[in-house]
Formats: sequence, C-alpha cells, structure tokens
Amino acid sequence: MKAFRLFVFLVAAWPIFAHAALNVFACEPEWGALATELGGDAVKVYTATTAFQDPHHIEARPSLIAQMRRAELAVCTGAELEIGWLPVLLRQAGNAAIQPGQPGYFEAARQVALLEKPAVLDRAQGDIHAAGNPHIQTDPRNIARVAQVLGARLAEIDPAHAAVYKTRLADFNTRWNAAMARWQAQAAPLKGMPIAVQHEGFPYLENWLGLKQVAVLEPKPGVAPSIGHLAEIVAQLKTTPAKVVIRAAYQDPRPSEWLAEHAGIPAVAMPFTVGGSDRAKDLFGLFDDSVAQLLKVAR
Amino acid sequence: MLRPALLAAALAAACPAHADDADLAALRAEVQKMKTDYETRIQTLEARLAHAEATAAANAAQPPAPAQDTANSAPSNPGAFNPEISLILQGGYAHLKDLPERRITGFLPNGTAPGTTRGFSVDDSELVLASNVDPYFRGYFNATLNDGTVGVEEAWFQTLALGQGLTVKGGRFRSGIGYQNEQHPHAWDFATNNLMYEALFGEGYGNDGLQLRWVAPTDLFTELGAEIGRGANFPGTDRNTNDIGNYALYGHIGGDVGDSHSWRGGVSYLSTRAVDRSGTLADFTGNDVATAFTGDSKTWLADFVWKWAPLGNTTIHNFKFAAEAFRREESGSLDCTGGMCGTSLGAYQATQYGGYAQGVYQFMPRWRAGYRYDLLDPGSQDFGLNNANLPRSNYKPTRHSLMVDYSPSEFSRFRLQYTKDKATEGQDENQWYVQYIFSLGTHGAHSF
Repeated sequence: MKAFRLFVFLVAAWPIFAHAALNVFACEPEWGALATELGGDAVKVYTATTAFQDPHHIEARPSLIAQMRRAELAVCTGAELEIGWLPVLLRQAGNAAIQPGQPGYFEAARQVALLEKPAVLDRAQGDIHAAGNPHIQTDPRNIARVAQVLGARLAEIDPAHAAVYKTRLADFNTRWNAAMARWQAQAAPLKGMPIAVQHEGFPYLENWLGLKQVAVLEPKPGVAPSIGHLAEIVAQLKTTPAKVVIRAAYQDPRPSEWLAEHAGIPAVAMPFTVGGSDRAKDLFGLFDDSVAQLLKVAR
Repeated sequence: MLRPALLAAALAAACPAHADDADLAALRAEVQKMKTDYETRIQTLEARLAHAEATAAANAAQPPAPAQDTANSAPSNPGAFNPEISLILQGGYAHLKDLPERRITGFLPNGTAPGTTRGFSVDDSELVLASNVDPYFRGYFNATLNDGTVGVEEAWFQTLALGQGLTVKGGRFRSGIGYQNEQHPHAWDFATNNLMYEALFGEGYGNDGLQLRWVAPTDLFTELGAEIGRGANFPGTDRNTNDIGNYALYGHIGGDVGDSHSWRGGVSYLSTRAVDRSGTLADFTGNDVATAFTGDSKTWLADFVWKWAPLGNTTIHNFKFAAEAFRREESGSLDCTGGMCGTSLGAYQATQYGGYAQGVYQFMPRWRAGYRYDLLDPGSQDFGLNNANLPRSNYKPTRHSLMVDYSPSEFSRFRLQYTKDKATEGQDENQWYVQYIFSLGTHGAHSF
C-alpha cells in the first residue's frame, strides 16, 4: 500500500519533476553563461563547447545530439559560425521545438549589427561568413542587446517562470550596466592602442575599446600563417608597431608566440569566452579579465 | 475621441439632406480640432525620437546599426531560396597490376565489382542539391556523374517537425546500418573502400524505401532505427513484387568521456532476399562458371568509433579509431552453368565473417596519417551438389593500407596511399594511389 501511494505520488508529481527546469542547449559558453544569468534555477543549461575548442570546427558528437534531443531552447551565435556541425545536430535530434524558425531556436547574431560583412563571397578569401563576423561576444554592449531578447524569449517559451526571467533580466541589466561603465572607465588608456591579432576574432572588442588593429597573422580567415608570412608581418610591424599580439584561448599558440619573440612584443591569450581563463568564470569575469589583460600590456 | 468623430462623419455622409449648417460647422470644428491634436502629438513624438537618436549617438562612440539588421536583409535576396548546391570533384592516379578481374576469394561476387582503373582517372563527381522544403520537410539529392553514366545515389525527403525524437526518411537513401555505410566515398579516410563493405555491398548499402529513427531522451546518446524497402541492391535483388523487399534494424549508443574523448557504437541487422543473383566463380579446373543465387541473406554488423582531441580541440592534433565487423548468413540455392557444372542446381549455405580496424591521426595541422587492416573469413561455405564442381577455400583475404593526406583547407584534400592487397588467393599486390578531393559550394556538415 505504501509503495502504491508512493507510486501514485510519483506519477502525479512526474510533470513537476520533468518540467522543473527549462532545458537550454547553448552552442557557446558565453550564451550558456547568459542563459544561466537570466534563468537561474529555472533553466538547466548544457553548453556544447568550451573556450578551448574552435567553435568553427566541432564534431557533431553523439552526446551533442542526445542533448539537442531534449533541448527546449537552443541558443547559438548563428551567422554561419556553427555551420559545420549545428545543422547535423538539428536534423538528427528529431526535436521539432528547436528547429530554425521556431521560438526554441535563438540566434544571438541576429540581435546585433554585424561587422565585416564581406562584399564578395568567394572561398578564395578563406573561411569568411556571408552574414558578417560572428564573434560578437567580445563587446559587452552586444551581450546586453542579446540579453534583452533572450530574456523575453525565455519568458515566451516558459511562461510559468516569466516573472523569474523578468526579475532576473532587470537585475542583470543593472549589474551589467554598472560593470560596463566600470570597464569603460578602466579601459580609457586602451583607446587607440595598436594591436595585432592572430585570427579576425576581435573586431567587436576593438570597436568597443577603440583599439587599432594593425596586423592579422592569418593570411586569410581560418588559414594558419606560414613562417614566411609571419616574417612579413614582423617587417610590417617595424613601420607600424603594435603593442601586443592577441589570440583566443582555443587557438594554436605558436604563430603569435613566434611573432611575439621576433617582433619583441608580448603575446596574450585572451579568454575570448567564458571559461577561457581562470578569471573568466562568468560573463563579468570574462570582461574583467579581457580588460585587465590588455591594460597589463598597455603600460 | 476618434470614434465619435468617425461616427459623426459617417452620419453626416449618410444623411446629407438632414444636416443643417450649424451641424456642419460643428463637424468641421471637430475635424479641425482632431487634426491639430494629431499634428501636435506627431510633433512631440518626432521631437522625442530626435532626442533619443541624439542621446544614442552621444552614448556610443560608434553607434550600432539597428538590431535585427541581418534578419531584415536576408530575405530580400531571392537567391536565398535556392537549394544548397555542392559538387565533389575526385580522381587521381593508381598504380596497380594488370588484372582482368579482381575477386575476393571465398565470397560470392557482388556483381558490381568495379575493378580500379590503372593510371590517371577521374572518379565519379558527386552533385548534391539539398534544401528545407518547408517547415516540415528537408529534401536531398545526390547524383554521381561520369562518362555516359548518371547514378542517383540518394534522393530523399526527411521530416523536420515530428518531434519526440522521431525522424522519418523516405525515398532512396543510404541505410543507417553500420558506421561507414552512410558516408560517400569523398568522406572516407582512405582512397579505397574497406574489404568488408566491398564484400558485403560493393560500395555501401542503399535502398529505396522508408526509414524511421528515434533518439531517446537520455544523456547517453541512444538511437534506434528501422527501415523497409525495395531491397533491390546487393546482397538482395530486384524481384518485381508488391511486397516489402527487405528490412533493416539498428541501434547506436554514444557519448563523451571527459572533454577529450567521444565514442559511438552499435549493432545492425539487415535481412534481404535474392532471386537469381548472378555472379562468376572459378571451378576446379580454373574456368569461369556463371552462378545464380536464390535465397535469404542476413547480415549482422557491429560498429565502434572513438575520437580523441586534446580538450576537444581538433585543430592541431586529433585521432580517430573505427572498427566494424560482420557476420553474414546466406542460404538457398545456387544455379551453376558452364565449365564443370554444365547445368546444375545445388543448395547453398554460407556463414561468413570479416571486419576492419583503422586509425587516423592528425599529427600536425592539415596533415593526417592513417593505417587500416582488413580481414575476411570465408567461414563455412557449402555448395551442396556443386561441392564437386566448385572449390571451397579456407583462405582469409587481407589488406593493409597506409595513407597520408594533406588538406590545404577543409574543402580540399590530397592523399597518398599504399595498399598491400591479398584479397585474392595467391595474389600479393603492392598498390599505390594518389587522390584528390575537392568540395565546391555549400558543403557544410559531416556526421560524427
């Protein structure tokens, strides 16, 4: 009898357990972190990639299909960043809720204005993205914009927790605006600082902080530089010097380290996304660390 | 405010005869007042908008363009509705012995054994068109083109919106059995097919039919699939019937171990039937005889794939291991004509095994090296009455293949391969292959 009562209770309570938290599939750590900020306990976030993986090149692993199968909301960058793997997950997961066009499919890059839209689409230009540069997460103003739409989307998909999402979004906005003001004040000395980048991954950061990009190590986006090409850049940096060469945490350190050694400038691995460094534990830490890393070399 | 005014205007229009001057004047006054009201409000709004714009411009050093920019601009391009098009160019050079025909000793030939061309040649070019049909379906078309031949490799629709982990595919498609079966030759890790798939299917098992796949809502990837179809391809034959020609069942599980390792394994079963499946064998005197098999063919496959990349970052180093094995049971009758057979019908019963294992390591960006070992076991083969005419062998065909490939980008690849081929008893051949694979157009995602 006791067992029967327990069974009845479990059956009755099953929907509560089953729908305790909204399953969110985040393609990149920054969106996972944002969903956690906005959803708190109301969401269960699975982050498909880490800061040490190249989001252009991810294997469509069985584990990702299994997670996509149960997702109620997929939050991805879009702008073709995940074109090599996300379509496979969407097609193989058999999940109608997160197909493009459904409320459960959210593309962050659609919420902001993209930079570097190529005028000509030709693979001879390397790994370019037709919609523009997809690495939008390096500008906190973009995070703020995405947060507004994502907050609303969470409430739309999970109306039972709409109040939670509203409160958390308002709270996040307050903290984020305060943090942005702080970062902008701290980063004042960075305005106009010339930098070299390994991959065209930082236009939004440069735009935000007023950094001046004077060299890119990759001859074409996604094409690893040869020693000859790096030597040319060293020569070029003699006339237009850079203060630092930066790369994302996931990138091969060798090109920027080689350049750093030969051009006599520091090489810095930027966290690039949440989890990319010890300090970048969340979105706030990501920008705390990014600004701090750059300030260290600006002096 | 608007509603009484409209009502008044409507009334005025409806009964002009009854409207006197005083009413008209009142009406005019009201319309005038309305107009001024709206103008004032529009002006206020314009002022507020201008203020907001100015503030925004002042706040941001470089004012961002309005959000939704990409969303709005995309649909204006009519070409955006065209299907994704991709073309695979492949070909190369092969250094082989001059053999009239290549057979796998101990296995009934699949009838389509192409025999590799010596010297320079282009392989089939693959043309792929794919697109979402509407919110509910996706369509895919893959044709192979070569001199005088066009083959429809795949032409199917797939559901997008069934949900519950279910997907239905219909049309002509590569079966979901095994691991390599769904891959087209350009996605293989070696220039040549493995011996197991060559013996089982020729290239891979394709079918006209229906597929149902279900992914379980679990952390551990669990996939179950069932297929029914025409069953016209080897090891079955086309049989001019309204019945279901074959069926296949399979299940796969997979997952991650830490950030660096991922794996998938599975078991598949394919049941099909053949009527007068023609082939050529050598009799005891070494002369060719024509054979026709009629009966059931049942194949079990087991597959396992394991991939490694440091912290899951495949750019510098990564490793892939894949292995598959099979057991095939065929029973029925074998019609043998010519040579020692004359015309003789005997029973046929065979249980055969085989498999391959391969490892491919990316030792530096763009460069990979790989080794594959193929082994077949003829198992037990019984020709019944024809045991007197046809030799049975315990010879185990093997192949060793070594390859190195260089990929300037993810759309181009060059490969050099050495194969020690002992697929035929008494043959020990050193084969060399140089291969190129180019992928033009929107060639997006590959499966695991």
